[in-house]
Amino acid sequence: MIKILSKYKNSFIAVILIGVFILLFSFASYQKKDVLSASSIKTEKLLSGGETTVFDQSVNAFALPAPNLSSQDELLFFVGNSFFNQNWVQAPSSTTARDGLGPYFNAKSCSGCHFKDGRGQPPTIAGQLSQGFIVRLSIPGKGTHGEPLDDPNYGGQFQEHAIDGLKKEGNYVIIWEEKSGNFYDGNSYTLRNPKINFSDLNYGEMQHDIMYSARVAPQMIGLGLLEAISENTILSYADIDDKNRDGISGKPNYVWNSLEQKVQLGKFGWKANQPNILQQISGAFSGDMGISTQHFPEQNLTSSQKQYNEFANGGDPEIDSDDLKKMHLYSSTLAVPARRNVDDKQVLQGEKIFAEIGCNSCHIEKIQTGVHPDFPILSNQNIRPYTDLLLHDMGEGLADGRPDFEATGQEWRTPPLWGIGLFQTVNKHTYYLHDGRARNLTEAILWHGGEAEKSKNEFKQLPQKQRDQLIEFLESL
Amino acid sequence: MGLKNGVLKTADGVTLMWFIVCGTFLTSCKSINNNVETLPKNTISGYCDIVFATYSDANTLAMELQSATNLLVTEPSEANLEKAKTAWRSAREVYGKTEAFRFYDGPIDNGSTGVEGLLNAWPLDEIYVDYVVGNLNAGIINNTEEYPTINKELLKKMNENGGEENISAGFHAIEFLLWGQDLDSLGPGNRPFSDYLPETKNAERRKVYLSTAVELLIENLNYLKLEWEAGKADNYRATFINDNPNISLQKIITGIAVLSKVEMAGERMFTAYDNANQEDEQSCFSDNTKSDLIFNLGGIINIFYGTYVRSDKTTMEVTGIDEIIKSHNVKLYEETEVLIKKCMNHLQQIYYPFDRAIVLEDKRPQVMKAVLSMQELGEQFAKVATELGLTINVNVVD
Repeated sequence: MIKILSKYKNSFIAVILIGVFILLFSFASYQKKDVLSASSIKTEKLLSGGETTVFDQSVNAFALPAPNLSSQDELLFFVGNSFFNQNWVQAPSSTTARDGLGPYFNAKSCSGCHFKDGRGQPPTIAGQLSQGFIVRLSIPGKGTHGEPLDDPNYGGQFQEHAIDGLKKEGNYVIIWEEKSGNFYDGNSYTLRNPKINFSDLNYGEMQHDIMYSARVAPQMIGLGLLEAISENTILSYADIDDKNRDGISGKPNYVWNSLEQKVQLGKFGWKANQPNILQQISGAFSGDMGISTQHFPEQNLTSSQKQYNEFANGGDPEIDSDDLKKMHLYSSTLAVPARRNVDDKQVLQGEKIFAEIGCNSCHIEKIQTGVHPDFPILSNQNIRPYTDLLLHDMGEGLADGRPDFEATGQEWRTPPLWGIGLFQTVNKHTYYLHDGRARNLTEAILWHGGEAEKSKNEFKQLPQKQRDQLIEFLESL
Repeated sequence: MGLKNGVLKTADGVTLMWFIVCGTFLTSCKSINNNVETLPKNTISGYCDIVFATYSDANTLAMELQSATNLLVTEPSEANLEKAKTAWRSAREVYGKTEAFRFYDGPIDNGSTGVEGLLNAWPLDEIYVDYVVGNLNAGIINNTEEYPTINKELLKKMNENGGEENISAGFHAIEFLLWGQDLDSLGPGNRPFSDYLPETKNAERRKVYLSTAVELLIENLNYLKLEWEAGKADNYRATFINDNPNISLQKIITGIAVLSKVEMAGERMFTAYDNANQEDEQSCFSDNTKSDLIFNLGGIINIFYGTYVRSDKTTMEVTGIDEIIKSHNVKLYEETEVLIKKCMNHLQQIYYPFDRAIVLEDKRPQVMKAVLSMQELGEQFAKVATELGLTINVNVVD
């Protein structure tokens, strides 16, 4: 009940906030110019996703179409939503458009991991079913196009589910290793990081030098806007050799576009290993659900699983190309929710600290999108994603030791921060970072190392009050 | 075919009749006195009364379904299978109306305790339940080794398998156990009653599965009924009644708006239309989808006018949202009423069965007409909300 009340309290506040904003705005337009500009700066700050911003702070905050979609496209968005949300079923089935799950899979639907289009989380109890947590696998070396090499028996991703009649790949448990540290004011903290213990392996051994890295599913908002950021804009933030000597490099990942058969700048994924949304979602269909697409027409099977190729195939490809197109539209046009409390004193202080300790060197606030080839509503938008989409060395503490194209084991893509204050509302948790190891925003900051070591240390030096202000700012995103 | 058509016709007839009655007669002679101050409060408590009555009827009809399936499993015959199917359709009709009470995190689809998935999950993973063409040993029913005992705990657990809802319980699981796969492009599924004869392989387990699924259905509908029962201190209704009236009104309108636009127009009709894939429909085994849609709109109409014809044919009248709209803007009320009629018209005109309507070139435009009018109705409810000083989001996808 409390949850329900607080949800609507939030929407109620949103309504008031909008109302206040409209009042302020109309009031400001009669005032002197500087008042007007203060007000329009505030407006801009609210609109994280430019014209695609939505005002909703409820559990549905991540699940809304961009408000500037045409009503025709809105219907197509709903089709995409249907394929995102509903479970895929094992073939053969009466619902032939939705069968072909597996043979091996992590989830039965996209929403299984991106619940309410939001953020996944690691299992909290041993043996609990995953809610948007997967384990990537590879062995040393690189493939033809620079991609990681699959384990011969278990491929590039561990699947802990299989369709009826087949054995799943196996099980794993997460062992959390804890370590503690202190802020400069003497207050202590504890950090945890996951070790994965595989068991009950049903398809032979894993290679002795296997590398693994866990991932949680990211929130789906604003992906098309990120795609619309031009390559030149992203490269303008790059400084591979740190020529300006600020300690921040910013390195583009160049990855294989398997749809167009060419090398391209990586933009998506925790290591920026995917060049575009279409390939990202096609990869997820194949890797997470075992659904073949026009881009990855083969069943996702390793050499020790090849004999199951004809097992329960749901068509060729299993998701119709036309439906995939609508999934693409859906995944590209989920709206970004507006910021909250932008005027709050604590938040404003936190925003200042964010810049002062250099968080904004990588988490770039304002970016203008370029031209989106497929969805013009995403073009030329002034957005506030708080990312540079580049790779940064984050130090040994956060390293997974698993290279991905040009990303080393210590490098990670700066994740966008928009929406991070809404995880609790949408997904009822506050797990951050690529594997959900951080249990709150403070821990997430404390995991920063490498290029961010300096900023992290400055954060540790802040008194509690200022640390809280920084967190309040982050929660307003 | 004949019986099925008959049932549908009756269903349509009833809806249409009751729709006309609601729209033209009952609303004009309601005896409830409302003034500006009591109007929101009465609308909200009236809403609760309708929700409670509808879930009560759904529960009662699920119990009638149970009597019918009990008869089927004890005396399997063609006639008893037909009786069970008829009982399923009746239970489904009332359930369809309750879908107007979704989409605002209420008891039905609250993120943590909602039972929607256990009642109405779709699409059904048939192969996890019972045999299908091409895999005669499939499903929990035929897998004695892994699932030695079929009971409620197992079905509930299996419904969570894979981390999401779906696969083993609810209306569509029962539908599959009564009709079987729909492999006939012209009619519904055709499961032989002999599937329940003792000499058939695993018939006993199939019986247990069917009975258990029906039992779970009753249990969950009963839970919903209790959450909306009057006079309880700690159920959802109590919160709903005592909350800020604007918040409860916002929920009421969100429910019918999202059902109209996102769920009916977007998910259930346009997605099927766009796919033109014959079984991409909600009630694919029984070909009951058209009726499902009509009763969904029926639920919306009940909330709009504050009238509900119960399954025992008595009529209840409460303050509907029509009055609150009229008190603000008569023109808006009239527009909405016209639009509701247009929607009902367009839904009625969809070719039966729905799985043919989305495939046949000359029938498809009727589906599209219904899509557009339901989309418009959803938007209209958003306008209504704005008129009442509320903000609702009509585009919530679940």
